[in-house]
Formats: sequence, structure tokens, C-alpha cells
Amino acid sequence: MIEVENLTKRYGPTLAVSDVSFTVQKGEVLGFLGPNGAGKTTTMRVITGFFPPTEGKVRVAGYDVVEQPLEAKRRTGYLPETPPLYPDMTVVEYLTFVARIKGVPHRDIKTRLDEIMKKCAVADMRNRQTGKLSKGYRQRVGLAQALIHNPEVLVLDEPTAGLDPKQIIETRELIKGLAGQHTVILSTHILPEVSKTCQRVVVINAGQVVAVGTPDELMRRLQGFETVLVTVEDPAAAIIEKFQRVGGVNWVEPRESHDGRVTLEVHSEKEKDVRAELARATVESGWKLYELKTSGLSLEEIFLKLTTKDLSEEAAAKTEIATN
Amino acid sequence: MRNIMAMAEKELQAYFHSPIAYLVMTVYTVICGFVFYSSTAFFALQSLRMEAQGGMGMPPLSLNEYVIRPILGGVLTVVLLFLIPLITMRLYSEEKRSGTIELLLTSPLTDMQIIMGKYLGAMILFAILEALTFLYFTVLFIYGNPNAKPLIANALGMLLYGGALMALGMWFSAFTKNQIIAGSVGLAAFLLLYLLDWVSAYSQSTVGQVMS
Repeated sequence: MIEVENLTKRYGPTLAVSDVSFTVQKGEVLGFLGPNGAGKTTTMRVITGFFPPTEGKVRVAGYDVVEQPLEAKRRTGYLPETPPLYPDMTVVEYLTFVARIKGVPHRDIKTRLDEIMKKCAVADMRNRQTGKLSKGYRQRVGLAQALIHNPEVLVLDEPTAGLDPKQIIETRELIKGLAGQHTVILSTHILPEVSKTCQRVVVINAGQVVAVGTPDELMRRLQGFETVLVTVEDPAAAIIEKFQRVGGVNWVEPRESHDGRVTLEVHSEKEKDVRAELARATVESGWKLYELKTSGLSLEEIFLKLTTKDLSEEAAAKTEIATN
Repeated sequence: MRNIMAMAEKELQAYFHSPIAYLVMTVYTVICGFVFYSSTAFFALQSLRMEAQGGMGMPPLSLNEYVIRPILGGVLTVVLLFLIPLITMRLYSEEKRSGTIELLLTSPLTDMQIIMGKYLGAMILFAILEALTFLYFTVLFIYGNPNAKPLIANALGMLLYGGALMALGMWFSAFTKNQIIAGSVGLAAFLLLYLLDWVSAYSQSTVGQVMS
């Protein structure tokens, strides 16, 4: 649905985005991660047709955004970081205006308006000027204008920025509800949100794509090993020894202990799931097993790893871990 | 096209929701009123004098010459140099500053539709302004006998003159986020063009003949 091919964008001498390529499948929700200044907003602006790329091609719903901008824009809904509201217009006036310029047929406008305002929970503020709304409402009106013409593709730039936790959850639910019927690309800094709403993730740093994949794939790729956390009854020394003899385990380390229980971190070879073995080892020896779970790099750690190291360093680190 | 109409309606709405439209209309009508009064009073005085001197065989004084011309051709031409930047400075600058230009450029509107819509909105405001001066001319028609045809020609000229200035003002607005800069550059440009008219009286250039 969205195809970005070798996208490069220069602002004068500054290279904002360099040779970025990725695709978003129909009905998918793609997370777009990256530190500030990485080029997320620039990429999104090219996708929505705000300005043309310096090099490369972008296609939305099959239409090239430069060659056939009207067709592409008709099928795109865009919510920029700051919702583009006209402060003097009331919510109804504003959404009517947007509906008109986005091509909603005249007779459908009233019904669409009612639907969308209900969906985005802004109906109770319909006659209030947008300049007088709170941040949460403004964001929701912004989302409403992105959805009003029922676009196939939605581009959301930090849709939950500045919202309180309750509003964040509501927005998240809204976005999740959109998947399937709409294709969504959303950029965010809020990492837990990404694993909750997005199926795939593109990580961008300094204008270049650093990683593409599902959150799980990324985790596995970067980790180089599997981690399992086991909470057992004290004393741990004997257990640690037993675990280390389990096939595939690299090392075991106690993490924390309280109430007579200790949590051990067990590192095993990549792709080797030692949980069953560990469970058996514990129970066979008559020790009490309280908790057993896989752990891994949090998305935060992945994000930081991807965006603060350069690739050669990363490769060196991986080989280091592999040989240990 | 409906997009153009939507844009024009939006601009008009913005003008009338802000003090700008009312400010401009007030200033305009006050100045108009003042000039109208003084011209008409002068005209009345002159007529009286002429009558007292027995006509001297000269044709009756033309209302057109004494009242309409000074207003439309003289004073308002200059007043508009100052007022039009006030109207046009927000056209693009406001959009750029508030970020709403992102909405316009990512919607299925052609650049031309945006331009025409904004221009239409501004021109409608200008037409309203023009219509206000007709209040005064109506009074003239009731009490006097001015020539209608030159009046219409004058009014049309005014519309076109304003239209040209508006277009220029809108262009300046597109360059900057800052309304003040847009307004100031517009004013400076208009004054420059006006001065060229003065200068052309001494030279043979055709530029001066464009602005009248």
C-alpha cells in the first residue's frame, strides 16, 4: 500500500533522509521509530505529498505521489505532530471544511461528520472553536480530520504525544481498531505502544533505515542469545550449578532475591529454548519453581542499541558474545 | 470548482471572525466619509459662488469632477496602498505559521485551487469594501445629477486596481511565516509602484501609466 523506494531528501545542503526503502502492506500497522531528528517527520511528509523527494520514489495505493498527487492524496489521511487546526473555526465548521477539500461528496458530509465525531469522541465539543479546546480534544479532532474521508492509508505522526494515560489508551484502541480496513504508519517515541499496536517496525536513525522487522525479530537479531528468568527457592548455589550443566546454557547469574526466593538469569545459545529443561531440572531435584519466563531486550534497549551504536561496533559485539 | 469555493468561504470566515475585516471596513468608510463630506461641501460652495456670479456662461460644474474623481481616483487609491497589505498579509503567512499549510498541501487540492480560492475570498472582501463607497454615491444620485457611466468605469477600475494589489500582496505573503514582514514588504512595494507613477510624469516610461 505504501512503497518507499530509495527515498532521499535534502533541505539545501542538509541530508535529512538518505536512501530509505520500505513497504507497508495493506491493512498493516507499521511503527516508525527513531530518535528526534532521525528523519521520521520528513519521510512522512514525503509520503503525504507535502513536498517531493530529492531522489527516489514513493507510491501510495499504487499512485506515485509526485506523478499523480491528487489520487495519492485522496487516499491518504495525515495527522502531523501538531494537528493542523484553524483556531477560529468550530469543530463542525473545521471538519466540514476538511471534508469538502478532501473530496467527500456533499450529500455524505453530514452523516460522515456525525460518525467521525462520535468515533473520535469529540461530538460534545462540536460547537466550540478549535482554538479553545484542550490538547486531548485537539489531538482527537486532528485524528478526525485524518479519518473523515475514509482514506485507505493513514499517516500518523506521534498520535499520542501530550495525551494523558487514559487518552493514550483510548487512542491506541482507536488505532488498533483501524488496522485491517486501513493501512497505518505511525511514528512514535513511546516504545511500549509500538509493541502493542504495531505488527512491524522500521527503525530509522540519522536519515537511514537501521532495522526492519517485527519487534520479536529485532529482539532476536540483536540479542545474540536467549534469556530466561527463573525464580526458585533459595539456596541458589546448587541450582545454579545444576542449570549450568543443562545443555545449551551459557551462564547463569543470580539477579535478585527476597522472601527466600531468588531470581536467576539464564543465558542460553541463540534459538535454543531451554525452559523445559530448566523446569525439569528444578522439579526433578525437588526444588520449588515459582516463575519461569523468557526475557529479552526490551524494545527500549533495542531502540537504544540500534540508534546509539554504529553497525561495525554492533557486529563486533555480536561476535564477541557468540564466542563467549 | 467546489474546492475553490470551500477555500474562499474559509478565508471569508477567517476574515470576519478576526478584527481585520472590521478594522479595514471602519477605516475605509471613515476616510471615505470624510473625503466625501469635504468634497461635497466644497462642491456646494463652488456651485453657490458660481450661481452668485451669474454662471458666467460656463457649463454647470460636474459632480463627477469634484466629488467622485477625488474619492475614487485620488484619496482611495492611496488609502488602499495601506489597507490592502492588511488584508493580504495573513493569506499565506498565517497558514505557514500555524501549520495548517500542511493540511492544504497534503489534501487533494491543486496549488491553483488554493491560490484561486484565497484570492477569491480576499476579492470578495474587497468588493464589500467597494460596495460601502456606493453608499455615498447613492446619496449623490439622490440629491444631485452625476454621470453614471464614468462612475461605473471608475468603480471597475478601482476593482481591477485593488485586484492587482491583492495579487501582489498575496504573493508576498507566500514568502514568509511572519505576517508583519508580509504586510511591510507589500506596503513598501505598493508605495514604490505609486512613486513610479509620480516619477513617470517627468519621464516617458509606460510604467507610470499602469497605476492611475
